[in-house]
Order: sequence, then structure tokens, then C-alpha cells
Amino acid sequence: MTKAINLTLKVWRQQSPNSKGRLETYEANNISKDMSFLEMLDVINEQLTLEGKEPIAFDHDCREGICGQCGSVINGRPHGPEKGTTLCQLHMRHFADGDTLVIEPFRARAFKVIKDLAVDRSPLDKIVQAGGYISMNTGGAPDGNAIPISQETAEKAMDAAACIGCGACVAACPNASAMLFVSAKVSHMGLLPQGRPEAAKRALAMVRIMDELCFGNCSNERECEAECPKEISIVNIARLNREFMKAGVFSEHD
Amino acid sequence: MRLDAKIPAGPLAEKWDKHRFELKLVNPANKRKFTIIVVGTGLAGGSASATLAELGYNVKTFCIQDSPRRAHSIAAQGGINAAKNYQNDGDSIWRLFYDTVKGGDFRAREANVYRLAQVSNNIIDQCVAQGVPFAREYGGTLANRSFGGAQVSRTFYARGQTGQQLLLGAYSALSRQIAAGKVEMFARREMLDLVVIDGKARGIIVRNLVTGEMESHAADAVVLCTGGYGNAFFLSTNAMASNVTAAYRAYKRGAMFANPCFTQIHPTCIPVHGTYQSKLTLMSESLRNDGRVWVPKNPGDTRPPHQIPESERDYYLERKYPSFGNLVPRDVASRNAKEQCDSGKGVGETALAVYLDFKDAIDRDGRDVIEKKYGNLFQMYEKITGEDPYQVPMMIYPAVHYTMGGLWVDYNLMSTLDGLFVLGEANFSDHGANRLGASALMQGLADGYFVIPYTIGGYLAGTSLPDVTADHPAFTSTAAEVNSRIGKLLSIQGKRTVDDFHRHLGQIMWDYCGMARNNAGLEKARTMIRELRAEFWENVLVPGTGNDFNQSLERAGRVADFLEFSELMIVDALARQESCGGHFNEAYQTEENEALRDDENYCHVAAWNYTGVDSEPEFFKEPLVFENVELTQRSYK
Repeated sequence: MTKAINLTLKVWRQQSPNSKGRLETYEANNISKDMSFLEMLDVINEQLTLEGKEPIAFDHDCREGICGQCGSVINGRPHGPEKGTTLCQLHMRHFADGDTLVIEPFRARAFKVIKDLAVDRSPLDKIVQAGGYISMNTGGAPDGNAIPISQETAEKAMDAAACIGCGACVAACPNASAMLFVSAKVSHMGLLPQGRPEAAKRALAMVRIMDELCFGNCSNERECEAECPKEISIVNIARLNREFMKAGVFSEHD
Repeated sequence: MRLDAKIPAGPLAEKWDKHRFELKLVNPANKRKFTIIVVGTGLAGGSASATLAELGYNVKTFCIQDSPRRAHSIAAQGGINAAKNYQNDGDSIWRLFYDTVKGGDFRAREANVYRLAQVSNNIIDQCVAQGVPFAREYGGTLANRSFGGAQVSRTFYARGQTGQQLLLGAYSALSRQIAAGKVEMFARREMLDLVVIDGKARGIIVRNLVTGEMESHAADAVVLCTGGYGNAFFLSTNAMASNVTAAYRAYKRGAMFANPCFTQIHPTCIPVHGTYQSKLTLMSESLRNDGRVWVPKNPGDTRPPHQIPESERDYYLERKYPSFGNLVPRDVASRNAKEQCDSGKGVGETALAVYLDFKDAIDRDGRDVIEKKYGNLFQMYEKITGEDPYQVPMMIYPAVHYTMGGLWVDYNLMSTLDGLFVLGEANFSDHGANRLGASALMQGLADGYFVIPYTIGGYLAGTSLPDVTADHPAFTSTAAEVNSRIGKLLSIQGKRTVDDFHRHLGQIMWDYCGMARNNAGLEKARTMIRELRAEFWENVLVPGTGNDFNQSLERAGRVADFLEFSELMIVDALARQESCGGHFNEAYQTEENEALRDDENYCHVAAWNYTGVDSEPEFFKEPLVFENVELTQRSYK
């Protein structure tokens, strides 16, 4: 088995948010199969730099699949073809010699392209600011063991809390909805007793701001779950819907 | 100038209480008159921003990532220590304090470490209240596991994603304050200089990484929470953007840098694969709870692991350290791995790896149990290496992970520059010469949630601070300096890329200032770094312009600072003629190859004052006084 492969890359290049973008073709030769996808882009960027061209801009930071800063669409799939994998953890051994890869930024009405593959995902922060927290000032917390939480509940909350906020769910959704993202936060906090007092208010506020920020609605396509690098389940969306309905019917919040 | 650590008098256990009482308070109505800048949104910066805003201060927070949720604290896997003693296994504040001082090879301040142990319990309570989904026992109580350097089970965890969950807790508290209008958040900004007026830190110059604009921000105090400098080695477990620039700029403006040579090499990382490698990935130390480290007994044995019979394996940590076994502290585990590989017993393609084997644990507890504990780590390992650790042993090798050195701070976490506070990994204060596992999260949150809110009040209440705005001439002149440097970087248009220089620097540092050091090598490295730095300013190639999103330019500025800062690391390593913790000078070792301290001459913090790029930094000494623990040769046998 050969350890190196040759690929053709078609990469989205866009100088600035308001300029017109286009796909540029690059040959990626002698790419080691042990490389990560981003290391492959590093190699291309080194070549471009030495050729006097501008390297491809792309967001990334931890390169171990947890910070949520990386992400592009590879042949139509956010974070590429491997299940449950961020782009930085996608390795070139999953591609074959001679493959052509189309690399584009996450596309959504709510995410503006900044440059090339880098997009502005700050609307996700705005959703959290609307209610993705438990209102608890520092100091005065009761003992950590004061509220017993069953292992099962803690595990479910953790499943939801594993979201890395990368936005792949939005990029995958035909409606560019952020429902999976919102539901993960609403579930994580709503499942825990500490988060119950604000559960109704949280669900209403986060859904409302999501709408305001031009994210689309959920129409049960399940693309988000399929592409989520942390495999967040759409069970969370069911929980969000329940929480939202309950809040709408029973709560005094409007 | 004498370094005054401002450690309160009185018995150790009463110092913090007494100090909190003696610190001046800012009246609640007056808090809103003060503006505080916080740089960085990791555990320290996120928790500090949220807490200061809750108290009523106006906070301006900055981060280089696209969101304050992404700082590299997020990558911490294993857990966070606290002296809760929920396990009834003999833990106490005193024991956590003692383990930390001993783990740091007696090069940390007693008073700071004791305070850290004291507030550790509040951190757990705070995080639980915020909704951090810590692991639980069946009965619903918090679960613990054990970690390196301790014989009690005091580590709280959220699967293998503890750092992520704690950071999301701080981020949610921060988000709440942003919504309340008490924190103004500036993401995608990089601090490129500190503005000092009348000897006090009064603001920062940041570059907007999207537009390239230079922005000036004034404040009454500046809090740096900008992390460590492990990327001086190019390859490390740090995030790609982790850098020393903010701390180094502060150093150049008069804040002293302490113990820069204290770097931690983490024993369990995925080995290097090739020259294109951009970073190294840590496998949580918690794996050493169940994994057994071994190499073949015979050098050059290239058989696959399952063909090597038990009798021809050397479980060298269990053999050499029967009481701690695979759970010896990180520096000891790392040096032992290097020693095995140096003697030709390394495994894998590069022979720069040792095995971490789970076969016995899987046979004993079943695959399910192991999967529950470490599933995500095993998955990560398989993704990166293409090998299944349930079937074949993991291969691991040490990698640069954490930096114990940092800007010098007193007991109030204030640097030698008035009004400049430094928290978390960016300061030097709590871990001595080696940090124990699960202690970084504890320190970042202790500083941000429970220390700075008190100590910064003492400073603000007791200092006369004339009004300063961002149009003060000091801002204009500092911004001009920053701009001219950026212009210079772009104008060189040489032949070598930024990454090429960075990789070269990293190799020099790893070879001569890594796990083992000697004077000749350090001297040689110093010359090499000076030459490389000179070449950088003649021959670096930075594409693009300064007026937009230019990641090469961002990196160029960081590498330029690493090229100066790494020389300071070497200077510090040469000045410390002893071995301690992560600083291992080959000339100073015991008969069993352990680090040999020289308490008579080096029981101090080395603090360095900047005098110019090519001139010797000025050395200042803060003697370490141990009144409560006895200095012993660390033994984990």
C-alpha cells in the first residue's frame, strides 16, 4: 500500500465578505496518508506562499477535534465524509489516489464568509447570550453533592453538552437551521435540576433569537445529526420542542 | 528593585482569610466607574470576565479565536482536582497543598499553593451550580478518579472532556454578562502591545484580525489570561494560535518574566509521524490509571507487540517506582520514556515511542468498562493513527504540553507593573517546576473566580488613577510602533515561510532545551537562535497585506516574538545550575537519574527584567521560604 496520494483540489476563494468568490483548482501531490486534512492544506499553503500567492484562509485552532473552530464542506459534506469527525481529525488515509475534492466554506444565511473558507459564526454566540446559561453568580453555590443527579441524567446531559459549536449542523441543514445547536444547549441545561428554574424562559428566548438571526426552521431532514462531528442526537430537538411547547402553553413568559 | 511577593503574615491556613479582610473594598456604586480589560477567554479569562462583571465592573474582554468558547483550556481532557475528600481516602486541603508543592519539586510559593488548595472546593461547587455535567456515581453523587502524583482520588471529570465542560461553564457565565451589557466582547482581536502610562498598565493595542485595523482600548487595569508559551517548540499539544506575544509584549514593557525554562513535557502523547506534522495530540494522563507502560527488554526488538512474551517486556515504571507505578508525575514519566528510547528500546516506525497497553485492564474489567471510561480517547487515537487501541497497545511519546513559567506575579496576582494582573498559565505562580495532572484547570478557575475579584479591588481602591482615554499620546505612539513592526514583516519578502522558521526554532528548542539539557547544548542553542532570528528579519516571506484577514501575518508576529523569547528560556535554563521538575540539567542528577535539586543555591524564583533584544536581561531573585513543608528529595518509589 502506497503511503502517498495525489489529489485535485477545487477550493473556494473569496477575498472579502462582499466580493465575489470562485473555485480555484490546485494539485495536491505526494500527500502522506498520515496527514490530517488541515495539514494537507498547510502543505498547499506553504507552496502557494513560496509561489508568491496568497494562501487559503481557513479557521482552525486546537486540531484535536474539540474547539469547534475548524470546518469546511468537503464534496458537499460539512467536515468531510467520515462520521463523527471534525475536519482537523479527518485523515488523508480516507481518500484515494486521484480523488477530486471540492472544498467550500460552511454556507448559511446567518454565516457570512470572511475570507475563503473562514466564516463568521458569531450568531451562535448571540443565541447563547440570549439564555444558554444558568443564572448563578460566582460564590455562594451549595456543596457539589447537595443535589444528587442520577448517573443516567448526568450522562444524557453530557451527551448534549458535548456540542462544540462548530456550526456544521447549520451548514448541513437545507434550511440552515440552528435547531440542533439550540436543542443541545436547552437539553443539557434542562435535564439538570440546576437548569430547571429557567428552562421555559431559556427555550423561548433561544428559539426567538435564532429566528431573528435568520436561521431557518427545522423540517426534520436529520442532516444535522448525520453531519455532527460529536454525533449530537436529534432526540435533543424533540426535547427542545417539548420544552418550547410547554413554555408556550403553561409559562407566564411571552 | 526588590521583588516583594506581598505574602501575608500569619499561619499558612489563615493567610488568605486575613488578606481578604485587609484588602480594601470598592464600594458597589463605585465599581461601575472602573473599566477592566481582560485578555484571553480560557478558564482564567472567561471566569475572571464573568465574575468581575457580576461584581459591577465594566469589563472589556478580548480573544483571538472567533468565539470566547474556543480557548485552548477546552482541550484539557482528564479532570480538575479538589480537596473535597468525598472518597474518605485521606484527602484534605493540606494534602492537596503538599502534593502540589512536592509535585512542583519545591519551587512554588507555599502561600499561593495553599490558597489554591483552599479554593479548590469552591470551584467544584461553582461549576456544579452552573450546570457542568460532571461524572456521577449511581447514587447521584460526584465521581472521582485518581491522577498522576497523588495517592488519593480527588479528580472530578466530565468524560474525557473536562476542560471543555468547565470552559463552557465559564463561557455561559460570560455570555450572561455580555447580554447584561456588563462585558463588551471583542473576538478575533490579538493583543499586540501593552500601554503603560506613569508606570501603570492602562490599556492595550489590539489588531482586528478580520479588518487588520489597529484598535486602542484604555482601562484602569489590565488582566492577562493569555496562556502558555509551549509553541516556542513549534510542535506541542497547544492550539495552533497559542502564543507568547501578549505576555512577551508586557515583559518588554516592564513586567518581569519568571522561570521561563520551566516547561512541562507530557508523557502520553501520540508520537510524531512526519515533517508535515503541525501539532501533537495528548492522550489524557488518566489513561495511566489502567494502561501499563512497557518496552521490549531487548534493544532493537522489532516484533509486533503481541509477539513479545511477558517475560521479554519491561514495565519499567512499575519496576522502578513500585508505590506509584504508572502514576508517577509527568516529568518522571517523560524522562523515563526518553531514557528507554535512548537506550534503543523505543517501538514503532521511528523507535521514538513506548507502549501504553490496556490488555490487562480489558481482561480484568471488560471492554465495556474501559470504553465507558476512555471511549472518546480511544476513538481519537484511532482516528489519528488508524490503529485500534482495544486490539493493539497505544504508542505514546512525550510532547511539550504546559509551561509553568510565566509573568512574575505577587500574592495578589499583580505583575511587577502596577495594574497589570496575570492569571492562569500565563503567570508562574502555583506549579513550581512541574505541574501535576488536573491542576491547571483548578488554577485557571481559582485565579479567575476566586482570587482576582478580591485582589483587583484592593488595587483599584488603593490607587489613584487619573482618567485616561485611548487618545492619550501613549496609545498613539504604541500603536505606531506596532504598525511599523507589521510594515516591516510585510516588507521583507524573503525566501523562507513563517512556518519554516517556526519549525526550525522548535527543533533547536526540542533538541537543546527539551526533556534533558546541558550547558554546552544550551550555549549552542543560544547562538543558533540568535542567527535564526537575524535571518528571520532578513529573509521571512509574509504574503498579503496588513489590511485584511491575513493568517500568515498573524503567525509572523508570533514567531518573531518566540524567536526573542526562546533565548530568554535558554538564559534562564543556563542560570539555573540544578535540576528540578521539568528542568533537567544532565550534570545534576541522582544515582538513579532523578532530578537533583540544589536547595542551598537555587531555592528561588528567577525573575528576568528586559533590557533590550540583544542585551542580557537583568536577573532578580525571589527566595522561596518553606515554613510548612520540609524540602526532600522527591521520591515516588
